[in-house]
Amino acid sequence: MLKYTLKRGIIALITIWVIITVTFFLMRAIPGDPFTNEKKIQPQIMENLKRKYGLDQPLIVQYGKYLQNLLRGDLGDSMKYKTRTVNEMLRTSFPVSAKLGLMSIAVGAGLGITFGIIAALNRGKAFDYFVIFLAVIGVSVPGFVFAALFQYWFGAKLQWFPVARWGTWKHYVLPVAALGFSSIAYIARMMRTSMLDILSQDYIRTAKAKGLSRRVVTWKHTIRNAILPIVTILGVNIAGVVVGSFVIESIYAIPGMGKYYVQSIQQNDYTLIMGTTIFYAVILVIMMYLTDIVYGIVDPRIRIDE
Amino acid sequence: MEQVGLEKDMFEVVGKDLESAEAIIRPSLTYWADAWRRLKENKLAIIALVVLALVVIMAFVGPMIRPFTYDQQDFTKINQEPSSEHWFGTDALGRDIFVRCWSGAKISLFIGMVSAIINVTIGIIYGGISGYLGGYVDIIMMRIVEIIYSIPELLWVILLMVVLGPGLKTIIIAISISGWGGMARLVRGQVLQLKQMEFVLAAKTLGADTSRIIAKHLIPNAMGPIIINLTFQVPGAIFTEAFLSYIGLGIQPPLASWGSLAQEGTLMLLIKPYQMFFPALLISITMLAFNILGDGLRDSLDPRLRK
Repeated sequence: MLKYTLKRGIIALITIWVIITVTFFLMRAIPGDPFTNEKKIQPQIMENLKRKYGLDQPLIVQYGKYLQNLLRGDLGDSMKYKTRTVNEMLRTSFPVSAKLGLMSIAVGAGLGITFGIIAALNRGKAFDYFVIFLAVIGVSVPGFVFAALFQYWFGAKLQWFPVARWGTWKHYVLPVAALGFSSIAYIARMMRTSMLDILSQDYIRTAKAKGLSRRVVTWKHTIRNAILPIVTILGVNIAGVVVGSFVIESIYAIPGMGKYYVQSIQQNDYTLIMGTTIFYAVILVIMMYLTDIVYGIVDPRIRIDE
Repeated sequence: MEQVGLEKDMFEVVGKDLESAEAIIRPSLTYWADAWRRLKENKLAIIALVVLALVVIMAFVGPMIRPFTYDQQDFTKINQEPSSEHWFGTDALGRDIFVRCWSGAKISLFIGMVSAIINVTIGIIYGGISGYLGGYVDIIMMRIVEIIYSIPELLWVILLMVVLGPGLKTIIIAISISGWGGMARLVRGQVLQLKQMEFVLAAKTLGADTSRIIAKHLIPNAMGPIIINLTFQVPGAIFTEAFLSYIGLGIQPPLASWGSLAQEGTLMLLIKPYQMFFPALLISITMLAFNILGDGLRDSLDPRLRK
């Protein structure tokens, strides 16, 4: 187990390093510099600006310095909001995004797994078709369409919930629903398939033949085994939810990382783009790492295979 | 009663034709003919195929059957509800949404198809080499894929789009660069499995070289899963494009794609919901059709699912 954890950890670290390096050099490869699209700047000021951000030094020195700063957890200054650092912006926006993301994943996984189980146990009945229908809708309709539809229907037309912004629990409902919907659909579909697969195994027939109660067969023998593959999907799903939040946060005007990220892209704020990308990537890689480890713990076969 | 004796000369040999006895009357079906036969039985998949064909046809014909162009503005008729003149209504600049939807379809489908094909090509070459050579080459090549794969595709695409600048070509490049990892893994798995087969050994014995074995024996046999994956890659790429256009990194106006049309639509959503409705509907129908077709192809191409 230790060997497996270490091996995964090293891969995760290399991944993070690759992301940092690629991001750095890609950002430096953009023609022109971040100050060119502002008003005409005096050459002297331009030079000072470049010195302030260290753009006058050779690339490799800049890279070394950037790595050093990153190790200390410093992501640099924003180039557009002159007085704010990337760290500050992330500090205020990350909790909002994390809250939104965690709630969506909780809703997605909770409802998704429940729906999948019920559908598989009632194969070929109405609820099963409902889940299949849900899954098809989930993969066919982009997240922003749901976000817009919910906003229009429940926000503007029925006025059950606020149309946008962030604050009370009522503000959470629509964005969480929009963000969680595709997870519900995806996880429900996977859980259903996994359940059906387990239900056709011989040991389930054995358990039934022994005369175990329906409840024990379902909970102890079926669900416990069927839920395993879902753990791996969760890692991918977290990535999907995080990326999906870019759009959802923009639509609902939620002051989270996604909104700033989209904004920084639209404003060519390079340091903010770099800082946010790296932050996102690190969080995602850590999430994937944790799911790998958890999967290794719950399913011993994985460790032996490696 | 007279007994009838059976004499030898009462019989004659009709003819012994071994070939006609062993003749195969039913036509021998190739793998593809068989797959097509199975697919035809799947009504849902055929409907999906027809829907996709209609969308493709309309992408070319649609803009021509109305007397407007995608960038033609008419300020006397802005934000009009759907009518007999403007079938899907007009947008904030008085452009006909029907025409824009279908010229957007052309761009979205083009991006989807081209980047999926490029993805699959890179994936086949990379995965084919990695799987066939095995050993250290395989380990190193797969570690690289693993690292690329563990970075969410959209972060890659966004970064590349920021660097390359928005536009049709750059979207295709960005999606192609970032999306081949899954395909490479799939092909490698297939190749690893297939290269153990006897027919590969036979080909080797007959003196076929590596490139011939990969191109003539391994890849054609791995084609089923590859095509299934391709049908799922196309909607994936269309999705990515819609997402990029949605956050302003995709197709730039006056050109339209489904993503950019939906994005323009959301700005007016609370007042004029139909502007969002039509592009969103088209995206959803197309995604649905691709997914159903993909499922149908999986059922008809995957040997394990045949019974």
